[in-house]
Amino acid sequence: MNNIFVYCEIEDGIIADVSLELLTKGRSLADQLACKLEAVVIGSKLDEIGKQVFPYGVDVLHVADDPRLAPYTTLPHTSIIVNLFKAEKPQIALMGASPVGRDLGPRVSSALYSGLTADCTSLEIGGHEDKKENKVYENLLYQIRPAFGGNIIATIINPECRPQMATVREGVMKKEIRSANYKGEIKKIDVASMVSPADFAIEIIERHIEKRKVNLGAASVIVAGGYGMGSKENFGLLYQLAEVLGGEVGASRAAVDAGFTEHERQIGQTGVTVRPKLYIACGISGQIQHRAGMEGSAQIIAINNDPGAPINSIADYVINGDVTDVIPKMIKYYKANSK
Amino acid sequence: MKAFKIIVLAKQVPDTRNVGKDAMKADGTVNRAALPAIFNPEDLNALEQALRIKDQFPGTTITILTMGPGRAADIIREGMFRGADDGVLLTDRAFAGSDTLATSYAISRAIAKIKEYDLIICGRQAIDGDTAQVGPQVAEKLNMPQVTYVEEIIQADNKSIQMKRRLDNGVEIVKAPIPVLLTVTSSASACRARNAKFLMKYKHAKTISERQSENEDYMSLYHDRPYLNIPEWSVNDVEVDPQQLGLSGSPTKVKKIDNVVLQAKEAKKIDASDAEINLLMKELIDSHTIG
Repeated sequence: MNNIFVYCEIEDGIIADVSLELLTKGRSLADQLACKLEAVVIGSKLDEIGKQVFPYGVDVLHVADDPRLAPYTTLPHTSIIVNLFKAEKPQIALMGASPVGRDLGPRVSSALYSGLTADCTSLEIGGHEDKKENKVYENLLYQIRPAFGGNIIATIINPECRPQMATVREGVMKKEIRSANYKGEIKKIDVASMVSPADFAIEIIERHIEKRKVNLGAASVIVAGGYGMGSKENFGLLYQLAEVLGGEVGASRAAVDAGFTEHERQIGQTGVTVRPKLYIACGISGQIQHRAGMEGSAQIIAINNDPGAPINSIADYVINGDVTDVIPKMIKYYKANSK
Repeated sequence: MKAFKIIVLAKQVPDTRNVGKDAMKADGTVNRAALPAIFNPEDLNALEQALRIKDQFPGTTITILTMGPGRAADIIREGMFRGADDGVLLTDRAFAGSDTLATSYAISRAIAKIKEYDLIICGRQAIDGDTAQVGPQVAEKLNMPQVTYVEEIIQADNKSIQMKRRLDNGVEIVKAPIPVLLTVTSSASACRARNAKFLMKYKHAKTISERQSENEDYMSLYHDRPYLNIPEWSVNDVEVDPQQLGLSGSPTKVKKIDNVVLQAKEAKKIDASDAEINLLMKELIDSHTIG
C-alpha cells in the first residue's frame, strides 16, 4: 500500500518512452521512500507487456486487457485508474505530459480530489512545515516546474491529498534499465467490474498516428532558432546548417508562435527536452522554459547580437553577431574542411 | 435542425510575454494587477468553433463564462463584440488563490446554475499556467464526456458531434454524444474579428460593479436594454461547498518560489569574423563534436 504508481502509455504494443522515463524516476523515488514501484498498463493484447516494463524495476504490474481499451479513450481509462487508486491508495502517481496524460490526469485528479501539477521538470522528496496549522509533513513529493513566463521556479506540494499527482514531458527524465532480470508480479485488473457501458460514449471513427517525422531526442547536433531569426526565410539557414552537420532543426516557442517553423520542433518546457552533443542556439534569448529543454546539452553555442541574452550565460561559446552572417560562414568552413 | 446552447469558458490571462518584476506576490501567487491582461489565445480559438456552430444553426446562443476579478468583464464584452450573446462573470474574493481543481469546482457550480447547455467549449490551456487541466476537471465534475485537443468541429446534430483532434503525431476523428465538453487547440482556426454592429450594440454592456461609477443618466439605459447587463455572480449566487474554494480549498500548495538564478559558465566570447568562426569550427571538428 501507499506505493508509487506510473500510468504507462502504449501505442502499437510499445510502451511510450515518456512512461519508461517515469518508471526510471519512479524507481529511484521508491528506493528513497522504501516503497514499491507499481505500473499500470491499460489496453489490448498485453500478454507479453511485462517484458517491456519489469526491467525498469517495477515490483507490481497492473494489467487491464480488453479489446475495448485500445486505442485510448478518456472515460474507460479514467474509470479503471480511479477505481484502482481508490483500492490501492498510492502516495504518488505519475503520468506523461502527453495528449493522453494531459487528458487523463486532470480527469482522475478531479474524481479523486487530489492535486495535480503539470509539466514538472524535477521531482524530489522533502519535508514541509505548515506554521499556520502547526503541522509537519515528511517525505512529500516536491513537484518543481518553471511558472509564469519562466520568471520563477515553483515548488508545489500536496500536503493532504493523495495521490500526489504529477505529469512530466517526454525527455525530461532519463530512461535507465534497473536490471534485465528484475522480478515483478503481474496483477490482472477485472475490467468488467470497473467500466460501464456509458464509458464507451465516445467513438473513434478514424485514427492516423504517424511515426514521428522529427526526432529531436535522437539528434546529436541541434540547430535551434528563436524569434531573433526574424523570418521564416531566415529559418531556412538553420535547415542548411543542420543538413550539413547531420543534425536536426529545433525552435523556441516564440519562433513556433511566430510561424517560423512547425510545433513538433519546439524545444523547452512545453515542447521537447533534448541533450545533444552540440546545441547551436541562433537568435534565441533563452527564457527559462526554453533552457529547461536544452540545458543538458553537452556543448552550447549561442549566436545572437544581444550581449545580455540569458542564453549566453549557459553557453560554452557566445558568438556576438548577426545569424545571417555567421551561419553561412560556418557552413562554408565545414564544407571545405570536413572529411 | 435544432439550435444549440453553448457555454464558452474563457479566461483573462496576464500576458506572460511581458512580465515585470512585481508580477508575483509574497505568497507565491500571481499579482495580476501588475500585468497587461488579454483574452487567453486558445479560448478565442474555442469561441470561433462556437461561432461557426451558431452560423450553421440559427437560434444558437453562446454564453461566455469567466472567473476572475472585476476587470475580467472585458473578455465577456470582447466575446460579445465577436458574436457571443451574453456572459457571466464569476467573481469573489473567496475564489482567489484557487488551483486548477478549486477553479474547476467553482466553474462547474456556475455551469450547474446556468443549467441548460448542449456544448461546453474552452481553450485547451491558458498561457499563464499551460496546465490544460481545467477543461477535463470541469467535465469530470459535471459527469460528462470530454474531447480534448479539438482542431475542428466537422458536423453536429441533435444527438452527437463529430470533430477532428490534433495529437502530437497525428489526428483522430471522434464522435461524441451531446452534451460534451470540448477543449480546442491553437492549431484550430483563428477567431473572427470584432463585428462593427455588435461593437455598437454591446459597447455599454457592463457588470453591476462597473455601472456603479456611471452617472445617473446612464442608468435608464440598463433598464431599457437588459442585454447590456452582464451578470456578476459571487460565491453567494452559486451553490458551493466553501471548503473547496480558493487557496484553502486547493490541494496543491506553493511551497516556495525561486527566482531564476543563472549559474554563469565561463563562455568563450567570439566575434563574427571569418578567422574566429573558422577557429571554432576547427575546434569542434577536432573534438569530434561534429563531423
